[in-house]
Amino acid sequence: MRVIHPHDRRRRATGALRVIAIVLSALALQFFRVQILQSNDYMLRSESNRLRPLPVAAPRGTIFDRNGRVIADNVPGYVIYVLRESQESTRQTLERLKPHLGLSDERIEILMGRYQRWEPLVVEIDADFDAVSVLEERREDFPGIVIETRPKRRYVAGSAVSHVLGYVNEITAEELSEPRFSEYEPGLLIGQGGVERQYEERLQGRRGVRYLEVDALGRIVGSITGIEEDPGQPGEDIRLTLDLDLMEWIHKIFPDSLNGAVVALDPADGGVLALYSAPTFDPNAFVGGLSPEEWDVLKLDPEKPLFNRTVMGLYPPGSTWKLAAAAIALERGAVGPQEEMPEPCTGGIVRGGLYRGCWLAEGHGYLDLAGAIANSCNVYFYQLGERVGLDPMLEEGIRIGFAEQCGIDLPEESSGIFPEGRDYWQRRFGYDPLEGEVLSLAIGQGPNSQTPLKVAQFYLALARDGSAPTPHLIEDPDPTEGWRLDVSAESIEVLREGMRGVTSPGGTAYFGTALEHWEVLGKTGSSQNAQDSIRAHAWFAGMAGQWGGEPEIVVVALVEFGESGSRMAAPLMAKTADFYLRKKYGIPIDTIQTLGEHYNRGRPAPWAR
Amino acid sequence: MIDNLFKRWVGDPALFLAVLLMTAFGVAMIYSAGVLNIPSPITEGAWIRQAQWAAIALVSFTIIRQIGPRWFEWVAVPAYVVSVLLLVATLIWGTGSGTAAGVRSFLDIGFLRFQPSEFAKLATILALARYLGTRPEDPTMLRALVPPAAIVGIPLVLVILQPDLGTALAFVGILFATLYWAGTPIGLLALLLTPGIGLVLSFDARIWAAFFVILVGALYFYRYRLFLVESLSVVLANLAAGTISTPLWNSLAEYQQNRILVYLDPSVDPRGAGYHVMQSMVAIGSGGPTGKGFTAGTQKRFDFLPEQHTDFIFSVIGEELGYLGIVLTLSLFAFILYRLVRMAEGEDDPFAGLVIFGIFGAWLVHIFVNTGMTVGMVPVTGIPLPFVSYGGTFLLMSWVAVAVAARLAGED
Repeated sequence: MRVIHPHDRRRRATGALRVIAIVLSALALQFFRVQILQSNDYMLRSESNRLRPLPVAAPRGTIFDRNGRVIADNVPGYVIYVLRESQESTRQTLERLKPHLGLSDERIEILMGRYQRWEPLVVEIDADFDAVSVLEERREDFPGIVIETRPKRRYVAGSAVSHVLGYVNEITAEELSEPRFSEYEPGLLIGQGGVERQYEERLQGRRGVRYLEVDALGRIVGSITGIEEDPGQPGEDIRLTLDLDLMEWIHKIFPDSLNGAVVALDPADGGVLALYSAPTFDPNAFVGGLSPEEWDVLKLDPEKPLFNRTVMGLYPPGSTWKLAAAAIALERGAVGPQEEMPEPCTGGIVRGGLYRGCWLAEGHGYLDLAGAIANSCNVYFYQLGERVGLDPMLEEGIRIGFAEQCGIDLPEESSGIFPEGRDYWQRRFGYDPLEGEVLSLAIGQGPNSQTPLKVAQFYLALARDGSAPTPHLIEDPDPTEGWRLDVSAESIEVLREGMRGVTSPGGTAYFGTALEHWEVLGKTGSSQNAQDSIRAHAWFAGMAGQWGGEPEIVVVALVEFGESGSRMAAPLMAKTADFYLRKKYGIPIDTIQTLGEHYNRGRPAPWAR
Repeated sequence: MIDNLFKRWVGDPALFLAVLLMTAFGVAMIYSAGVLNIPSPITEGAWIRQAQWAAIALVSFTIIRQIGPRWFEWVAVPAYVVSVLLLVATLIWGTGSGTAAGVRSFLDIGFLRFQPSEFAKLATILALARYLGTRPEDPTMLRALVPPAAIVGIPLVLVILQPDLGTALAFVGILFATLYWAGTPIGLLALLLTPGIGLVLSFDARIWAAFFVILVGALYFYRYRLFLVESLSVVLANLAAGTISTPLWNSLAEYQQNRILVYLDPSVDPRGAGYHVMQSMVAIGSGGPTGKGFTAGTQKRFDFLPEQHTDFIFSVIGEELGYLGIVLTLSLFAFILYRLVRMAEGEDDPFAGLVIFGIFGAWLVHIFVNTGMTVGMVPVTGIPLPFVSYGGTFLLMSWVAVAVAARLAGED
């Protein structure tokens, strides 16, 4: 056996000691770097490592109607979050929650798509109480779940206010990318449509935050004390001009099987008293999130329940527009208030080699403006149109805003359709306007489609001194003036006299609109439409108030395919006005209101004239 | 008198006390590692089991101290053969443990569950020392390195197949340390390393080409010190390493690939493989100069540390005892290693010196790789810290190694 020479051993030992020195110094140096030089960074990370911010939802602002009645408020609801350290374990927890929360596989995929490490994942924004109690009891089985109470939206009147109010829904990925919602976070409820959307920022409030201390497995260790919690800021309450009782009344009286719209405005300031679109939906159903099937049912329904007909629906205004033609003629001085047209109505008139009929084949004879409105005489209005002329007619129509939105405080509104000039025909139909265009326009036909709200705004001017404020939903001390009819008080009186003729004994809408306590003025309309050549849309636009007083409510009723303005739309308008005025003056409500209803039910109406 | 008795019991009092202190410190840190906000049954009582193992280790130490030193030489070959057979058996019947459940490193023989690779390390050291100690000449020729490389290579390959990369690295440490002590020139050891270096560098073809050109130049420069066959085999080994690197990479399990990638850049995958390194560095870095206090580490308490009572125990030390604790621990390790070197230096018997150096090599690798991985210096490999990490077989075999070293060194 060979012996290693002591000299060699010393040399090799020294080499080995150098290796120890080098290796351990290198380690000590690296630890120095991490623990001394970069210590502050790592301390910070260690802090944030175990703290998880949990959003504290701010209660959404309450929405009140004009009388202080609650339209939308909040009730306690339960939100379930999952907070886990990895994608796999989050999926595991979701799979375990599946039977308890009724999660579908697709829903789990959607949720997994939103998973972000360190961020609590919102699984259910409106868990029902039973599910929550089961989860609370068996907490151990569901690692990483956080159950928070969170205010949940409630729409007291449900379907009656669906379109005007909108609903709340979980914010979508597309919305999150919009600049308007740059401050928003996933899982937040935001207003969709209606007032909820329009005043989203005011209603939302600012969400607060509290911190949970968790371990690496996302198990919640406890709430942190010592770190400032931010309770957030509740949303602002808003007060609307709506009359919730009136909305509920309209919801009750609107014919079940028919679609349409009722708009009621307050002549005092243009505040919207009611904005009702049929058919409706229940906004409460959206609060917990709709399943794709439920959503499809609403979305694909041919009756389009989600469509707000009051501000989105465009309908030919028909004879209701004759008042606009008359006002324009008065503005332009084309006719005098008491002037009769030279050609009497004999059931029709020949213009440009074309025979244009009046609706009454026997003819109306000689009529002044009020008489022509009362009888809705086409022959008179043809001549009125001729006198105004096409260009002034278009000019005034545009000025009054028939090709614009009203500017109501709702997120969506259609612009009216009305030719802004002669080139409209060229652009739209490929030919120059014919001789007779102005004749069609004067009786509310031709290229003219308006929303029920726009028609209501026009009648608002007639119910006032000719000025029309922009209709608004928010209670607003200084309404903005939209436009103004440049006509005298005398002329307005003539126009009202015409409408009075419609609702007086002998007028077409007498039976439908005559009320015990109130005077109703208005104009019927039936507009031919492309969808159904036989059944026209039924219009009634008008106003009501105390006998001999100024109008106190403007109501426009539209019933799609309602055929007859006087039979379908007029009673709707009158019953709406009656309810509002009775309530206003403390007269008990009666479900049998119009003269027609009294006759049909065999109830005497001693007040009938 | 008492002093003498103590010395007869422990052999080298300094080494014994240092190792005893380290073991006690280890038990304390394992206790701390079990102090979690949400207690875990795995880590909670671990310190008790570790203390029990420490007692068994002390008894074993005492018994081994009584064995005649020649007996180690005699038992070297049978022990080596048995350990290789056990490693083969482990590959067939082995089971995993805890988080490394997919790895076959434990052998379960009814009443006992142990890691044959720990036993194999010591057996390999003995066999290697016996082989090198009986050579008439220093292994200064490349071909003289082939038998030692084969002695280490067999258990090393078997351990890699488990797969247990950390323990395999310890075998490499054993080989190089004993060859060095046996008198192999540094240049030759470097040549032995070249295929390994080339394997790593071959991830970039140009770098590898440059490395290869330098290697061939060096071989030409030392042409009179090497046989042609040797030079050629070095070149061939390097060429082979360069070409198999891609298939070898592909044969690695995904988690192993990830570990290497994460080592190169821990931020590539902070949620996956890089997660452990990041969390460990956060724990250590947030410990600062003096630490958060014994049992008070928040990273540990909230379970952010992986394997905190075994492979990442050093992170707990860093977080709770700070840089001060790290430096003291590293110093104690330095002292233990220093004592081993000094013991070998004072030993005329080549077998004794070689065994001690084999132990030195294994522990140096364990210490460097284990602590280095907690601060991102070394890729994450499952390798425990001697005397500190939780693990019965490893603690026992480390103590047995101390006993063997002290017994051999005590023989004059």
